[in-house]
Amino acid sequence: MKSQMVLSKSLFSKSGNPGKAVQHKAKSAFWVMVSKEMADHIHSWRFIVLFVLIVLTFFASMYVSLGNLKQAVGNTSDPDHIFLYLKLLTATENSMPPFHVFVSFLGPLLGISLGFDAVNSEKNNGTLIRLMAQPVYRDNLLLSKFVSTLILVSVLFISLVLLMTGGGLLITGVRMEPQELLRIMAFVGISILYVGFWLSLSILLSIGLRQAATSALTAIGIWLFFTVFYQILINLVVRAVLPDPDFLSAEQIAAYNELILTLLRVSPSQLYTDATTTLLMPSVRSLGPVTMEQMAGAIPAPLPFKESLMIVWPQVSGLVASTVVCFALGYYIFMRREIRS
Amino acid sequence: MDPIIQLKGLTKCYGALKAVDDLSLDIAKGEVFGLLGPNGAGKTTTILMMLGLSEPTAGSAWVSGINATSRPIEVKRKVGYMPDSVGFYDSMTAFENLLYLGRLNGLPEPEVRSRAAEMMEVVGLSAHMHQKTATYSRGMKQRLGVADVLIKKPEVIILDEPTLGIDPSGVKEFLHLIKELSVGQGLTVLLSSHHLHHVQQVCDRVGIFVKGKLLAEGSINALSGNLFNKDGYTTAITLGNAPAQPLPFEEELLAWGVINKMEVAGDTIHFSSSSDISARLVKVFVEKGFEVIGVQRKEYGLEDIYQKYFENNSTEATANEKSDGFIKKSFFKKRKPR
Repeated sequence: MKSQMVLSKSLFSKSGNPGKAVQHKAKSAFWVMVSKEMADHIHSWRFIVLFVLIVLTFFASMYVSLGNLKQAVGNTSDPDHIFLYLKLLTATENSMPPFHVFVSFLGPLLGISLGFDAVNSEKNNGTLIRLMAQPVYRDNLLLSKFVSTLILVSVLFISLVLLMTGGGLLITGVRMEPQELLRIMAFVGISILYVGFWLSLSILLSIGLRQAATSALTAIGIWLFFTVFYQILINLVVRAVLPDPDFLSAEQIAAYNELILTLLRVSPSQLYTDATTTLLMPSVRSLGPVTMEQMAGAIPAPLPFKESLMIVWPQVSGLVASTVVCFALGYYIFMRREIRS
Repeated sequence: MDPIIQLKGLTKCYGALKAVDDLSLDIAKGEVFGLLGPNGAGKTTTILMMLGLSEPTAGSAWVSGINATSRPIEVKRKVGYMPDSVGFYDSMTAFENLLYLGRLNGLPEPEVRSRAAEMMEVVGLSAHMHQKTATYSRGMKQRLGVADVLIKKPEVIILDEPTLGIDPSGVKEFLHLIKELSVGQGLTVLLSSHHLHHVQQVCDRVGIFVKGKLLAEGSINALSGNLFNKDGYTTAITLGNAPAQPLPFEEELLAWGVINKMEVAGDTIHFSSSSDISARLVKVFVEKGFEVIGVQRKEYGLEDIYQKYFENNSTEATANEKSDGFIKKSFFKKRKPR
């Protein structure tokens, strides 16, 4: 019998060559999982479609801003006109929004579509129990899903931005300010963080909901709620609840405005927009209303990078916190869950 | 005996339902143990607890001296588990699926390829190695599942309903493979099934598991001995024409001292004895000038054992139901499917 022969052979190799195993240190299970997840994503149509979508919007917005670049840089009344590369990212005419606005739309889509079936599809295919029967920690699975997607997204964004700066250098021949590089890198970092938030939210939903379609729809629902309906809802509530501004003093109006802004900032897309706007437009000095006293004596000049970063720090920590909360919640549910096929 | 799997008072409750009820079991190294029971008896739950994938409500599970609940990773390093509906990544080939598991088990890179190829050969799938698993049939997937289990060089393999959904010839081959593995590599095999014949073919020992309780355990022979010791061996001899009643040489037969019961029904005589006497009986009958046209020696197989236990259990269950659900029953006539 053939298999009998093989069996005795495999018995042999089982005991043989213990020294060989020592020489080649095996990759840790976590990185094995990460590389498998990344390979899965790269081979999936879903990722390819999103990739093409983002690359296309990037080039479209670059094309538009290149057309407007001369005018934007020549506009001396704008304190930001010296930052050519930031202008490249933000300058537009009205026909097309700049790239960071696109990212605030496409980022959630990217995060959701790469994460909505992370756990439940594995469970439905019966591969989850197969994985869990291996000597790997349960959290490694979640973490590998998160990390692998985030690595892909980072590579995508970083290469796009590097492509932009390289192209800018070639076309204009203008030297890049170190501050610009820092700002652009911070922008990339925040964009990745933003996608990370939606990713962790969709992974959470994929743990909690059994069907991949349900979790995808729920995630898209949450996204639509925050991007479209949340503002409308806040406006409605504000109009109904807050007193008529005609009867209020200036300070009271400012306080109410502050409150409204705070409420709006519950939405992650608002946080992202605030953060990227401040970073890409160095002259933005405050995200809230500014009183006349504060404005008095201020020179309309760009802020240094550190100051801009300080302004958006609450936004950044908000994004980090919500990402961590989603992830921790998913983690908690997943760790306590009994896995059955 | 050195038990490699030890379950001590294992209990698992889902709310009010007791899926596994105070289960204690020892499985020795190198043994093929069959966990037999109907669907929903708690077999899978028990297995999950052995792997640390589910927390027991009470009691503990030990695999080669390691507590499965508190140190599941170490247990999973030693135990290969094949779930009842094993799934693979459809976008990957069978070989890639296997490589992935090998890497997860920490096999070093140069070894993992040769080992995976070897395992594919063991389970007889080398010809389909680079096919996507989406194209695999159920039987092939099951074999790939075995390769999956073996690639980590386990000490114990646990197979949950491994013969489910495979055609008869596939089952035969599969069971043959398992037997070979346990003999050839000294693996301990725990097999859960509700298919009696399959288990009967390969298991050294079986445990009968109903409603979370282990009703009996032991080798198939011991089990049938336990159950049917009243009857022991049963032989039925059919004669060409009905003998006189009582048999003229009854005394002679009873003098053997092994016959417990003798019953003449028309042309057939039923003997119950404590040892196998069919050959002797036939000889006597032929010598006495009777025409023996049929001899039936009844052996108790697993089916009978199973039936007996389940019958006992279901009558018990209905008895309980009667006492506490009397009113309910009179309103809704519920028929127990049996």
